[in-house]
Amino acid sequence: MDLDTSRRAFLQAAAAGLGIAVIRVAPATATPAAMDEAVRKVVGASKVSKGRVTLELPPLSENGNTVPLTVSVESPMTQAEHVRAIHIFTELNPQPDVVSFRLGPRAGRARVSTRIRLANTQTVTAIGELSDGSFWSTSAAVVVTLAACLEDA
Amino acid sequence: MGNALVNVPPRARRGEIIEIKTLISHPMETGYRRSQLGATIPRDIIRLFVCTYTGTEVFRAELHPAIAANPFIVFSTVATESGTLAFQWTGDNGFSATESAAITVD
Amino acid sequence: MSARTARLLTTPALLLLATTAPAGEIPTAERRSGYELMGRETRAMQDDDTANPGMLGALEGEAAWARKTGAAGRACADCHGDARASMKGVAARYPAFDAALKRPVDLEQRINVCRTDRQQAPALAYESRELLALTAFVARQSRGVPIDIAVDARTQPFLDAGRATFYRRQGQLNLACNQCHDENWGKRLAGNPIPQAHPTGYPVYRLEWQSLGSLQRRLRGCLTGIRAEPYEYGAPELVDLELFLMWRARGMSIESPAVRP
Repeated sequence: MDLDTSRRAFLQAAAAGLGIAVIRVAPATATPAAMDEAVRKVVGASKVSKGRVTLELPPLSENGNTVPLTVSVESPMTQAEHVRAIHIFTELNPQPDVVSFRLGPRAGRARVSTRIRLANTQTVTAIGELSDGSFWSTSAAVVVTLAACLEDA
Repeated sequence: MGNALVNVPPRARRGEIIEIKTLISHPMETGYRRSQLGATIPRDIIRLFVCTYTGTEVFRAELHPAIAANPFIVFSTVATESGTLAFQWTGDNGFSATESAAITVD
Repeated sequence: MSARTARLLTTPALLLLATTAPAGEIPTAERRSGYELMGRETRAMQDDDTANPGMLGALEGEAAWARKTGAAGRACADCHGDARASMKGVAARYPAFDAALKRPVDLEQRINVCRTDRQQAPALAYESRELLALTAFVARQSRGVPIDIAVDARTQPFLDAGRATFYRRQGQLNLACNQCHDENWGKRLAGNPIPQAHPTGYPVYRLEWQSLGSLQRRLRGCLTGIRAEPYEYGAPELVDLELFLMWRARGMSIESPAVRP
């Protein structure tokens, strides 16, 4: 009886966050808000429209250490009308910026491939910056699994 | 570290869009990992990749720790003239690596 | 393994069967490389030599092959010439019996024997960049060659020891290799498909490691995974197990340097 009462009291105290040393592990991931801020830094006050950008990512990645990514933007890539840059962001990695590619009419085609790291299952966003100053974006979700047997047990 | 594999077609027609593949050996240490003793392993990454075609910059990539180890970048450029494509990677701790490839354009 | 299967295997008649043709051994026609269980993008990484990060290691190995080293001032090339010719098929035959050491050695150990005996250079540490690079370069020359392990009076006892390890329950999780890799291959463990565990692509660029690594490293990782004390690098238990695994994969083609998740 006594034990039950004291256990209940202990649990109530814990629930109230009192008297218990809590080991708080600060999540080492950014938030969608941090990503928005990173996007603002690139885009400034301009509006970002959806479309024109295509992101190719595997829906299920076998290992978050290396996720193949291809991004392309529809554009004639002429001096008058081309893609100036493509920026990639994530919302849940420790920091939101992944890479910025600087292109131009000499690229011929606005299509770049690379391999990125994803810390968790999350959404990847690509923003295309055009020569007329407009910004276009698209996003893709990737499920990230962890290797079954880790070496550092 | 710094060992690179670059794939450029040896010839192309003038105006043809060619695909260039680049792969460089580098751990891309994120700065978020901890050693067995709990100390943070400092960031050590490639920050910049630039491709120039007969001296003119045609492509640039600004990398962050979220680029996977042994960075792989594939991009395209228009074959304008015969010449040399030069690639340069620079990064933390004075890292610098270069590679080049010749192309014949008819 | 279900309790029912475990009971069945202990009945005398089936116990005999278990030692000669273990229940659940994958039939030859059903053997699959881990390559086939990978996603399209990971397979594409392996297929293209200009995109395969393991090839960066093989490139370094090519440079090391030509480099004079040791007190003897000799390069691998000085004795072996062009590796494309001299090393073709070698990785498909290893582990192989070493007459001087009176036991099988794996490819990494064989490279070190050459280094110490012929080049009079210090042996390269297991999992060192240079040893992985040389092994990747040598193994690359056997790509497409079917695995062919010599089984004779000399190698049989070591093959049997390796087989015994494969079928022995180990670790705090009390699992034997065959329980996952013979009986549950293709099913998922924590989201990842369990391969049949044929070492066709070593040294392998493992995405989890973000680098090249040897079969011994992978085996030690598995042992840690089942909460068993992993054998030290170079331990006879590991080499015997490598010998068995390569024999079990006989006829399958070398893919080195492969890419795996």
